[in-house]
Amino acid sequence: MNHLIYMYGTDWGMGRFPICSVWILLFTPLVATALITLFTKEHKGLSAALSIGAILLSFALSLRLFLLFALKGIQHEPHPFQWLVIGNSVRIEFGMTTDALALLMLLVVTGVGSAIHIYSLGYMKGDPGFSRFFACMSLFTFSMLGIVISSNFIQIFIFWELVGLSSYLLIGYWFEKPSAAEAGKKAFLTTRIGDVGMMLGILLLWSHAHTFEFTELKAKLPSLDLSIGTLALIGALIFMGAVGKSAQVPLHVWLPDAMEGPTPVSALIHAATMVAAGVYMLCRVSWLILPSETAMWLIAWIGGITALMAATIAIAQNDIKRILAYSTLSQLGYMVMAVGLGGPTQAMFHLTTHAFFKALLFLGAGSVIIALHHEQDIWKMGGLRKKMPITFWTFLIATLALAGVPPLSGFYSKDEILLLAYEHNQVLFVMAVAAAFLTAYYMGREVFVVFFGKSRDHHLYDHAHESPWVMTLPLMFLALLSIIGGWYSKVPDFLGPPHLAEHHSLLLTGGLILVPLFGFLVAAKIYWKTDPSDAPVKAALGKLWTWIENKYYFDELYAWIIKYVQGTIATICDVFDRWILQRLGIGGLSVGTGLIGRTVRLLQTGSISGYAFFFGLGATLIIYYVVVR
Amino acid sequence: MTSTITLNDYLIVSGLLFALGIAGIIIRRNALVIYMALEMNLNAANLALIAFSKFNKLVEGQILVFFIIAIAAAEVAVGLAIIVALYRRKQSVSVDELTTMRL
Repeated sequence: MNHLIYMYGTDWGMGRFPICSVWILLFTPLVATALITLFTKEHKGLSAALSIGAILLSFALSLRLFLLFALKGIQHEPHPFQWLVIGNSVRIEFGMTTDALALLMLLVVTGVGSAIHIYSLGYMKGDPGFSRFFACMSLFTFSMLGIVISSNFIQIFIFWELVGLSSYLLIGYWFEKPSAAEAGKKAFLTTRIGDVGMMLGILLLWSHAHTFEFTELKAKLPSLDLSIGTLALIGALIFMGAVGKSAQVPLHVWLPDAMEGPTPVSALIHAATMVAAGVYMLCRVSWLILPSETAMWLIAWIGGITALMAATIAIAQNDIKRILAYSTLSQLGYMVMAVGLGGPTQAMFHLTTHAFFKALLFLGAGSVIIALHHEQDIWKMGGLRKKMPITFWTFLIATLALAGVPPLSGFYSKDEILLLAYEHNQVLFVMAVAAAFLTAYYMGREVFVVFFGKSRDHHLYDHAHESPWVMTLPLMFLALLSIIGGWYSKVPDFLGPPHLAEHHSLLLTGGLILVPLFGFLVAAKIYWKTDPSDAPVKAALGKLWTWIENKYYFDELYAWIIKYVQGTIATICDVFDRWILQRLGIGGLSVGTGLIGRTVRLLQTGSISGYAFFFGLGATLIIYYVVVR
Repeated sequence: MTSTITLNDYLIVSGLLFALGIAGIIIRRNALVIYMALEMNLNAANLALIAFSKFNKLVEGQILVFFIIAIAAAEVAVGLAIIVALYRRKQSVSVDELTTMRL
């Protein structure tokens, strides 16, 4: 491989090698996908090796680019190539962005992705579609990397849709299971609603600026003199794309269902890739959103509402992965809220740390699921602490990090967002703190129920065992990252303006430390016993519990809307098609032709004299007409 | 009064001949007679053409007439053959009985 790279340039230190390396790190996973689907489908080991090798290579190249940038300040931006020209006005390039934001994201995607790929080796062992799984994973990685390095809106949109496609393939991976096939479809269609908005936003922006390039747009935007309404509309429409992909209210319904996919897929979708894409895109185009107060307000509130609402739903879930799914929603809400409050830096920081501990949580949950032979109900687990020590300890670390216990990574990033909210919007701050409390509470519930107490299903418990090293090794790697991920306080600096934490009183910071601890205490009080149950909470919350348990009836509401609104429109279209078009239009033509034919046929009397008479009469009339007139 | 024959006279004769032919076609039932009436129509046209040719001093009219005579001969050959075939099939040449293609 090195040989190939060097062929293109002699100055391999800083010359063309880094340029090529961006291309290579993007396209290697795609090549792996192609090779697996075309040639190595029958050789499972080779397929996995190709896929893992591809992402490890991407990871190595990302790391190199990142270090070059972080330590030496060298940034390489390969020249874009003209991709599509339509007329004189539409010019679409295929470019590469390698600024700080992109490099950090590349590192997160490939780093966490590598761990998940290796873990899949153990998790998917013996699955009949093993090769297909790795092909899809590589395709997913490729699509995500494409979003990260995109340099214009069209390019990002194409990869955006590719992520949608690969998520569909992976969520519906066990397509023979109807629920998985449904979940894949749901994810695809729900995100598509957001994508339509995003596309409209892109086109609206283009109609004013006549370019898709991020850099050109950024420079041009102040001179365009867009009205406040237009700016807000563009911001809101583009945000719609993020609402779909990052699963914000009201398009969040696909994400919990996406748990139907294999657990490594859940980890990939929820930590490093798909849902992060929305937040990343918002950060990438933050210059577009920042000038519009209305758009910012909308984004902040949607994020805040998502954070709190998802956290409340999480406390009533019984599926080990669904709790994590709602937790992801909640954390994404934090990130989106941070963007809306003018802190894309904080959002990216939280995205990074969240990628570490959320991937770890999912992989830990997967380890438990495998040990219990695909049992996902937390009430059938219990007491697994001693049986699976590595899984337990790494899961615990991730839980503490997610809850924001210092000095783990989640504390730093979440703190930044909470302080940002405190500065800008007190109501959102209260909501965010409530969500932080709930985060600690529901994660505490999950840990206590799954790992503590006594086992509730002895058959499952007796067969439980620690996972093989290919699964525990990524767990430990991610646990390490979850611990130290926030220490490198230069991460936010690296992206832009300095963070705010130091400017605030010790009281506030101290108070924020106590919030998760309080959450854990409450959870421990209720669930840290030999035979815990939801009964006390159920009694305390009363009617509210039913609402929470049913996820605020969002699915039912959408089912209702689909049934009545969409159903009515469909019926009208059906009637129009069946009766107006088919019967009146096409049927009418055919019946009319038949009738006319039937009538005209009566003229055929068969009498030659008659024909001759009419012929003579006609000829005479014509002659008369021609001569006399 | 010297009586010269003008173009009009020829044309009137031609027209009468044509009308006679048409009348024959409409009135008569026998296919053979209808055929003869048809020939009369053709010859009415021939007469008109010759007259035009003579009075306008143009030769094209006569050439056309030769064509018509040749084609009429061919047509008669075919037409008579058809009538003979019809007779063999139906034992009749009355057009009133040839209505099998009617509705």
